[in-house]
Amino acid sequence: MEALFAVLVGALFTVAFYLFLSKHIIRILMGAAILSNGVNLLIFTAGRVTREVPPVIGADADVLAANAANPLPQALILTAIVISFSFFAFLLVLGFRTFQKLETDRSDEMRLAEPVSEPSPPLGY
Amino acid sequence: MAGKTAPLEDLSVAYVMDPVAAADWLIPAPVVWCLLIGALLVMLRKRTALQPLIAIPALAVLALMTIGLLWHVVVNGTVTMTMGRWLPPFGISFTVDLLSAFFAVTSSLVALAAGIYGRSDVDDSSRRYGFYPFLLLIMAGIIGAFLTGDIFNLYVWFEVLLISSFGLLVLGSRPVQFDGAVKYAFLNLIATTLFLVTTGYLYGLFGTLNMADIAIKASELRGTAPLMTLVTLFLLAFAMKAAAFPVNFWLPASYHTPRIVVSALFGGLLTKVGIYALLRILGMLFPVEREELSFLIALAAALTMILGVIGALAQNDIRRAMGFLVISGIGVMMAGLALGSPAGLSGAILYAAHSMVVMTALYFAVGIGARLGGGFRLSEAGGLYTRNAMVAGLTLVLFLSVAGLPPFSGFWPKIMLVKASLDVGAWWLAGAILMTGLLTTITVGRIWALAYWRPMPDTVSGEAPDERDLSPLSMGATAALGGLVAITAAAGVWPEPVMALAQEAARGLLDPSAYVQSVFPVEATQ
Repeated sequence: MEALFAVLVGALFTVAFYLFLSKHIIRILMGAAILSNGVNLLIFTAGRVTREVPPVIGADADVLAANAANPLPQALILTAIVISFSFFAFLLVLGFRTFQKLETDRSDEMRLAEPVSEPSPPLGY
Repeated sequence: MAGKTAPLEDLSVAYVMDPVAAADWLIPAPVVWCLLIGALLVMLRKRTALQPLIAIPALAVLALMTIGLLWHVVVNGTVTMTMGRWLPPFGISFTVDLLSAFFAVTSSLVALAAGIYGRSDVDDSSRRYGFYPFLLLIMAGIIGAFLTGDIFNLYVWFEVLLISSFGLLVLGSRPVQFDGAVKYAFLNLIATTLFLVTTGYLYGLFGTLNMADIAIKASELRGTAPLMTLVTLFLLAFAMKAAAFPVNFWLPASYHTPRIVVSALFGGLLTKVGIYALLRILGMLFPVEREELSFLIALAAALTMILGVIGALAQNDIRRAMGFLVISGIGVMMAGLALGSPAGLSGAILYAAHSMVVMTALYFAVGIGARLGGGFRLSEAGGLYTRNAMVAGLTLVLFLSVAGLPPFSGFWPKIMLVKASLDVGAWWLAGAILMTGLLTTITVGRIWALAYWRPMPDTVSGEAPDERDLSPLSMGATAALGGLVAITAAAGVWPEPVMALAQEAARGLLDPSAYVQSVFPVEATQ
């Protein structure tokens, strides 16, 4: 099961980085969403994928049973999901507002901050 | 740590039972304070006149708190507080050593200066959109990152400061800001996601996220676990946050677009959080792997500093030149990390503190120059010396300081780093640092000669400057600049205390036993 998940995570990363190579902001945004899901799945898999064994340490044991999933990575993912969701929401609005202001969603046409025809600084005094 | 199975009523195996000492409340206080005041200011966002009156005293209190914390650490050594009284490593620990406290003090002083400068630089509508709340929240993120002793918690503070920095970056909603913010936001998001992946791998290998616990376990796992992969990923993620070559292109694309005070805060503080994380994780937790990677780090450092300053040399926009100088400084700090010797690390620490103060002050100086009528274009600037000789003098001090010329604060860490490089025979690294100093002197010398010394050119061309950059000079802005210049001059003329502090902090990184003992006091006594 873990091996399958590992392949899936790899596939999600591949898709995300492929989308990052695009010039369109909307595709990069999709890439960011997929990447964050891939990361969450990766951490989830690292905490073992098992069937319904409650992560409770019995009275006669010191550590979790080996077939129970570690709950901590799942808690980490909860934090990461909240963060990545809010980032996605922000980036979506940012991308949209940028499209409104600059009238393009191609990153290579966004040259306002770094103008192509920036003059050289004075070369003499 | 978990101990044997104990009867339920014996809580001391799971909890810290000693009451927290009064002085230890200083450990989380700066972060709590920033979040509280930030929340208060969000509620008062429409009372734009009131906001600075609350925020500036609050930032002054923050500075006092961090100074108190530094004092506490100097007197009592590394201190720890674990949240919820859980025994570490189960609870999230805030562990403050000299490095954390030193950076926290420097950054809170810089934030205070930014709060004062922002009073005249940020207009009413930007205040309504939350300049001061974002300032307090970004400080919560920065200081939280410095103080925490837990890697996942470090990631959370990175995100806190990142989301606040997005807010600050787009304040004012000029099209050029959106352009810069898109590049800044996406590339930084990828960097923090990379950090998260690595943290996930780290937990998978170590089963703990507590830094002191990792420091203990690293030596046991070194033979079997793929620690090099982990550390290389950390290096990439933090180098991206710190804007080291070749992953630095978000910085020159965005840092010149927002209000000057925001650029100043970013240029001073944000990249240094990446450097702090590099020092903490590569320098303290994984010294063996850092040694393996040292040639790579040194190469990146040399390229960062040289290409950074060459970029600065090619700019006509003074703000963009400053952005490239920030990158160049990052290279100098990474050189110290690459060396990894006591002298190298203390040089890096001292240079980071110097850079926080001086880069912020430089952006202030550039903003004041623009307000005096110089604008931001080198080709059209001139005559600032005749308009305000004092500001021109303060700016000259900063220019000399950033170039690393004595008697200002940039000189000492560079000396330490050059000497540390020559000690291990890395003549090319020492040469790169010295070459960077020369090129920086040429860059800032040219800016001073053109914008301050030569008479105002007659040809005033096309584009009119943004009227918001031309608000008249206020006392507060000059005072903020003067305060930071005083710090760099004082640290340059009397470097003994800060140098001793940086050396002690570097010793703490190289020998984390005090750090570990602070988190796990029981084990140390056994």
